[in-house]
Amino acid sequence: MGNLRGKYAIVGVGETKVGKLPGIGTLTLHVEACKKAIDDAGLKVSEIDGLLTNQPLHDPFRTYSVVVAHSMGIKPDYSLDLGLGGATPVAMAQHAAMAIDAGLATAVVCVHARNQASLHLLPKQGMGVTRAYHGGVRDGCEDFEDPYGVMSGPGHHSFAAARHMHEFGTTSKQLGAVAVATRKHANMNPSATMYSKKLTLEDHQKSRMIIEPLRLPDCSLMSDGGAAFVVTSAERARNLKKKPVYIMGMGNHQPFASVMDAETLTTLGGAVSSKMAYKMAGLGPKDMDFAQIYDCFTITTLITLEDYGFCKKGEGGAFVEGGRIEIGGELPVNTHGGLLSHAHLEGMTHVTEAVKQLRGGDVEPERQVKDAEVGVVSGHGGYASTHASLVLSNRPS
Amino acid sequence: MSTQSQYKYTKPLPEMDPEDRPYWQSAKEHALKVQRCDDCGAWNFPPRPLCRKCQSAKLIWTKVSGRGHVYSSTTQHHPILPSYTKDDLPYNVSIVELEEGVRVISNVVGCPPDQVKIGMPVEIVYDDVTDQVTLPKYKPRAN
Ligand SMILES: [Zn+2]
Repeated sequence: MGNLRGKYAIVGVGETKVGKLPGIGTLTLHVEACKKAIDDAGLKVSEIDGLLTNQPLHDPFRTYSVVVAHSMGIKPDYSLDLGLGGATPVAMAQHAAMAIDAGLATAVVCVHARNQASLHLLPKQGMGVTRAYHGGVRDGCEDFEDPYGVMSGPGHHSFAAARHMHEFGTTSKQLGAVAVATRKHANMNPSATMYSKKLTLEDHQKSRMIIEPLRLPDCSLMSDGGAAFVVTSAERARNLKKKPVYIMGMGNHQPFASVMDAETLTTLGGAVSSKMAYKMAGLGPKDMDFAQIYDCFTITTLITLEDYGFCKKGEGGAFVEGGRIEIGGELPVNTHGGLLSHAHLEGMTHVTEAVKQLRGGDVEPERQVKDAEVGVVSGHGGYASTHASLVLSNRPS
Repeated sequence: MSTQSQYKYTKPLPEMDPEDRPYWQSAKEHALKVQRCDDCGAWNFPPRPLCRKCQSAKLIWTKVSGRGHVYSSTTQHHPILPSYTKDDLPYNVSIVELEEGVRVISNVVGCPPDQVKIGMPVEIVYDDVTDQVTLPKYKPRAN
């Protein structure tokens, strides 16, 4: 796959409002995000022949990509509902590039939208049946988890956090440094859910435990909203409206299917996936001007920064301290506010934010990473079991 | 622990796929079994149709020691799942590594949740939550 380096580009991005949007349907959010991305690219809807979705698990559909496409008059030659959990939006860029390279499509829209804030199935008292609780969409291990009162995402990441603390002496304050840095970025981003809410390290340390060792600000938001991006060839990209952002490297790795059969919980799929992406790009962690790192929980950011080679394994706790991951620091991370403080759209806005940063001038001036030319995006999902990586650049070579 | 037939147990119960049923059956018999590969000897959990190591289908449900140690441990402070209320909080959820090498998610009971530490030796205790279902749980043991 090395030959895909720089051959494809992200040419349009679109984001809806995020937060709590009662009364706006999930399909509407998908379509609005797609339309904005297509308009941003300066393409006509009729020029889109591919569409990738990540079906809404709170309201599962058959052939969701086809439903979304036809909701806006696209008759796709290539459409797919991709299911890698939170790794899906990043993996979509990879799949779109592969499909175009294979001649199956010429311009692919990748979209993700949710009504997790207003429609999420919150626990209903007296509901003792595990699969019904998961909305009929299984994780695969709920029989071995739900009877013990552990819920997949928060449970798995608290196990990882406890192991990281045990193996490397990582502290709750260091997790707090991730939450605080991410919040500072959200405080600069008027579209972020937590735009007007400050968070200090003291606030973090005083906040209540959800699943010890994870506190409330260590956990991401539940959001309504949608975002999308358009992928086409580099050649075509150069004749479109916006500055192309080239796909330089891609990787994808799923090291286990359950935390119970994971060899380790302190090194995840990103260790392999990032190496693949760096290799294809011919670049390494030192070349990155920023990183948009999937942050369902603060521990995920910390482990992924290690896995991506920004520091040694076990040194993530010290690395995230002292403003190093803030805008103006050595490696700005999650410059939009991440899943923790912008919105939880399973990493789709990590991709759109990376594109905006690399175009330059598409974000508030205080949020712009100066002279950004190369950045990395991570996606992570499932049982902390799926991972996708993307290296993007505004220079094709 | 005894069968608590006097009140209705409302917390989530395993719904049991065909692949998993022998595990829950052995728990009900208070003699927990896990799949062991007859070809390469590897222990497999969660249950799978083929051995993860050698892809053999000769997986034999084999009794385990019930002894192990805490591999990772957390304390739940928020009622995240159906039928869990504030009265249940806080409670422990751990990954227990059995002597056979497999890891299972369970509750460490018999001590306050904040006393459960990674590395702590534990042994199995069977919690007959209904007439039909027994949940394997773990309690501290002397090393
Ligand atoms: Zn075997």
